[in-house]
Amino acid sequence: MAGAALVTAPVAPPGALAGRHPWLSVLWSAARTPRGAAGLTMALLVAGVAIIGPVVSPHSPNALATLTFAKPSGQFPLGGDFLGRDVLSRVLNGGWLLLLMAVAATAIGIVAGAAAGIAAAYLRGAPDGLIMRTVDVILAFPQLVFALLLLSLVGPKLWLIVLAVGLSHAPAVARVIRSATLDVAERDYVKVAELQGMRPVKVMAKEILPNLITPLMVEAGLRLTYSIVIIAGLAFLGFGQPPPTANWGTMINENRIGLQLNPWAVIAPAVLIALLTIGTNTFTDAVARVTIGVDRRPEEAALLDDLGPEQA
Amino acid sequence: MAGHAHAPAGPAGGPPADGVRLDVRGLEVRLARAGPDVVSDVSFTVQAGQVLGLVGESGSGKTTVVLALLGHARRGLSISSGAVLVDGVDLLRLSASRLRAVRGARVAYVPQDPSAALNPALRVGTQLREAIAVHPGAVEDPGGRIREVLREARLDASPELLRRYPHQLSGGQQQRVGLAMAFACRPSLIVLDEPTTGLDVSTQRHVLDTIRSMCAAYGVAAVYVSHDLAVVGGLVSDVAVMYSGRIIEIGPTARVFGDPLHPYSRGLLSAVPSPVQATRLTGIDGQPPRPGRRPAGCAFAPRCGFATADCRSRQPEPVLIDSREVRCLRVTQVRDSPAGAAAALGRAAAAEGAVPVLSLRDVSAGYGRRPVLTGVDLDVPAESCVAVVGESGSGKTTLARCIVGLHRNWTGDISFEGAPLRTRAGDRPRQVLRRVQYVFQNPYTSLNPRKTVGQIVAQPLEQYLRLGYRERSQRAARALADVSLGGDFLSRYPDQLSGGERQRVAIARALVAEPDLLVCDEVTSALDVSVQAVIVELLRGLQAGRRIAMIFITHNLALVRSIAQSVVVLRDGAVVESGPVEQVLDRPADPYTARLMEDVPKLPARGAQGTSGQGAAAAGPTVPELGR
Repeated sequence: MAGAALVTAPVAPPGALAGRHPWLSVLWSAARTPRGAAGLTMALLVAGVAIIGPVVSPHSPNALATLTFAKPSGQFPLGGDFLGRDVLSRVLNGGWLLLLMAVAATAIGIVAGAAAGIAAAYLRGAPDGLIMRTVDVILAFPQLVFALLLLSLVGPKLWLIVLAVGLSHAPAVARVIRSATLDVAERDYVKVAELQGMRPVKVMAKEILPNLITPLMVEAGLRLTYSIVIIAGLAFLGFGQPPPTANWGTMINENRIGLQLNPWAVIAPAVLIALLTIGTNTFTDAVARVTIGVDRRPEEAALLDDLGPEQA
Repeated sequence: MAGHAHAPAGPAGGPPADGVRLDVRGLEVRLARAGPDVVSDVSFTVQAGQVLGLVGESGSGKTTVVLALLGHARRGLSISSGAVLVDGVDLLRLSASRLRAVRGARVAYVPQDPSAALNPALRVGTQLREAIAVHPGAVEDPGGRIREVLREARLDASPELLRRYPHQLSGGQQQRVGLAMAFACRPSLIVLDEPTTGLDVSTQRHVLDTIRSMCAAYGVAAVYVSHDLAVVGGLVSDVAVMYSGRIIEIGPTARVFGDPLHPYSRGLLSAVPSPVQATRLTGIDGQPPRPGRRPAGCAFAPRCGFATADCRSRQPEPVLIDSREVRCLRVTQVRDSPAGAAAALGRAAAAEGAVPVLSLRDVSAGYGRRPVLTGVDLDVPAESCVAVVGESGSGKTTLARCIVGLHRNWTGDISFEGAPLRTRAGDRPRQVLRRVQYVFQNPYTSLNPRKTVGQIVAQPLEQYLRLGYRERSQRAARALADVSLGGDFLSRYPDQLSGGERQRVAIARALVAEPDLLVCDEVTSALDVSVQAVIVELLRGLQAGRRIAMIFITHNLALVRSIAQSVVVLRDGAVVESGPVEQVLDRPADPYTARLMEDVPKLPARGAQGTSGQGAAAAGPTVPELGR
């Protein structure tokens, strides 16, 4: 099968697509591996619930519609919560903001971390020392403690949660991207740009950054998983939206006293958070494998090793 | 033949020791189990004490063949049919455990890079003892055998040497340890995979001498793989030329190299630069087809000047002609047409007395405290090409990097058209940067993989000249045309190009800036010989046509005559000798230059063996034995 495909439509030069849309093509090949497909399905399922949920929710998430910790019934498939609100409606409404905050926090962390990491590795010398020692100091705090510290200083504002989680990611991202940049910055095409009199900022943006897409994608997936866990965890600890609003993290905390009466009020949000983190993590893993070539089909790998131009 | 060889006893029932040691029949290796073939219909024999050279360019399948001789196929490949008989035993039919017992004992392998093949954490003695200990019973007195093989490999068999770690040995010594290890169990067959590629010419010659004498002394059959035709020419008795997974010509070295009959062998040999005479190098246009895209007929037909419609539809079978086997349907026509004698180059003498474009005075450079260059003086006259030659570590590349401003730690004066150059490229005016262009050694790292060829070639125009988009793309297309690349290359990405095409793009990028000085740093060392010829000819034509000055840095002395008017010989960071090419290479004043010239591997003279019409005509379809 694979052999026949190679004969007829052969050697679409490996990575030809990767040249054009590196991120899309890598994501696509990752999604076609069993591992990637499983991860993506899980994550998309939960994302679907979070996004479509508010539209299809049967009751208002804040209406006291049934009894406290009511057992599941036809009208309330997941029963009631500690105030007698419909658990299903609260689950359907409680995800989108968590997802949005996690994505925003990840974006902040990746942008700040990548900028710091690339600058440290390319500029070397004093900027490198300054950036990396700052990173070391921040890394000395556990991420959650760092976020809590920021929140207790200013108060539990949603934008601050996003910013705090994002900034708490930056140091780890900076480290990974710095080491990746150290490699890329020594390539001859970077020297060529320098000999053309290109300014450092432009060298970093135009020559180096496009070659860091792979580690950046893997890092983004990993940090998204952590963001979800930390933001849900902060909500569990009471740093989230104020009480009436539905939130998966908050729901686990407020309903755990009624675990024996209606376990679904805790299980439903917990399972969704678990599925989301496992899904994103598994997909990230698939992306990482595709990019280092572990999941590449052996005949392709042999072609590359034997006949393809050797990548130095 | 090595009749006197005191040969070890072959396995029970094996043929006599000085008969055929290795017999390969119809070897075929495929991608996956039923995919397209990578190597097919490979048959040859090697007698005891003889060395067969297996030559071919990258992608020809030579490494795949030699690994199959060890019963091994790389991941994704599988040996689908054929036989590899060593002393009459077919390695491909052995069980995994039997095969393991044979490897290292009856069949030994010497890898390309000795520094990567020796374990850096183990002492040399430990590794040699290990090589013997894995085959219990193969050697009676391990200690004595180790001393013996070390002496044979021309190493000092002292306890101090055995106590050393690999990094405490030179490259040549490491490769000798590798050879000693391979010969330790007195194998029947030794497979050498480009074992001298990373070594200097002088070391290389000594290692080659050692290999030849060890094989002759013990009646070992050896297969020597190389892309360097000159190295093979001086070492082996028989040679097989591979192209696109098949042996296209095989026979005695003097015949095959002296008067090649396959059009590909001819092309390959005329691409090899001659160290004794300035010749116009001719490369082979196009590139070999990859597995799965090989044409129905002869795989070389699309690049062949002799090809007919028949060649494109029918796979040629080997025919016996002039005491060698050739896989070509038109071999008699090829034989009757004279092999175009390499055109000698007339050359303009270097302009004397003119103001040099670039001049270096007392330039010294170092990495940290270690000096790399000491007191180098160098003048590049306008419109001429100066070659800088030297062995690895002689400071050639550092010199180039000082000139272009990539190396910061240097002292002395470098002036460009009379004005001194600043140390760092970043401190030099934009127009000076534009006028001194640098072409890097490795085209696989000098092009940004995320940019199209068009973006890469147009970038200097944006940086140096601030030209608009339309002007940039027009000039980029013209620059590509100058290096014989079509306009369709503009939208391609570097990973869609072959090595030669990449280097052309790099040259186009340098030329589009319209420089006055071009610094080429080993620009052909990462390329095949047929591509090297094309690139060198291209550079020579562009340099002469555009009247730019050029510094051509190389370790290959033979290339110097083909491109440069004057030459500078570097040794340990100092200039040993400099002057016009003819004077330095023909009448070297310094013993170092003389030794370098002497150690350059040379091909047997072309046409030395006259082509008489004897024994023409096709023999049977498959001829397992070499006609002698």
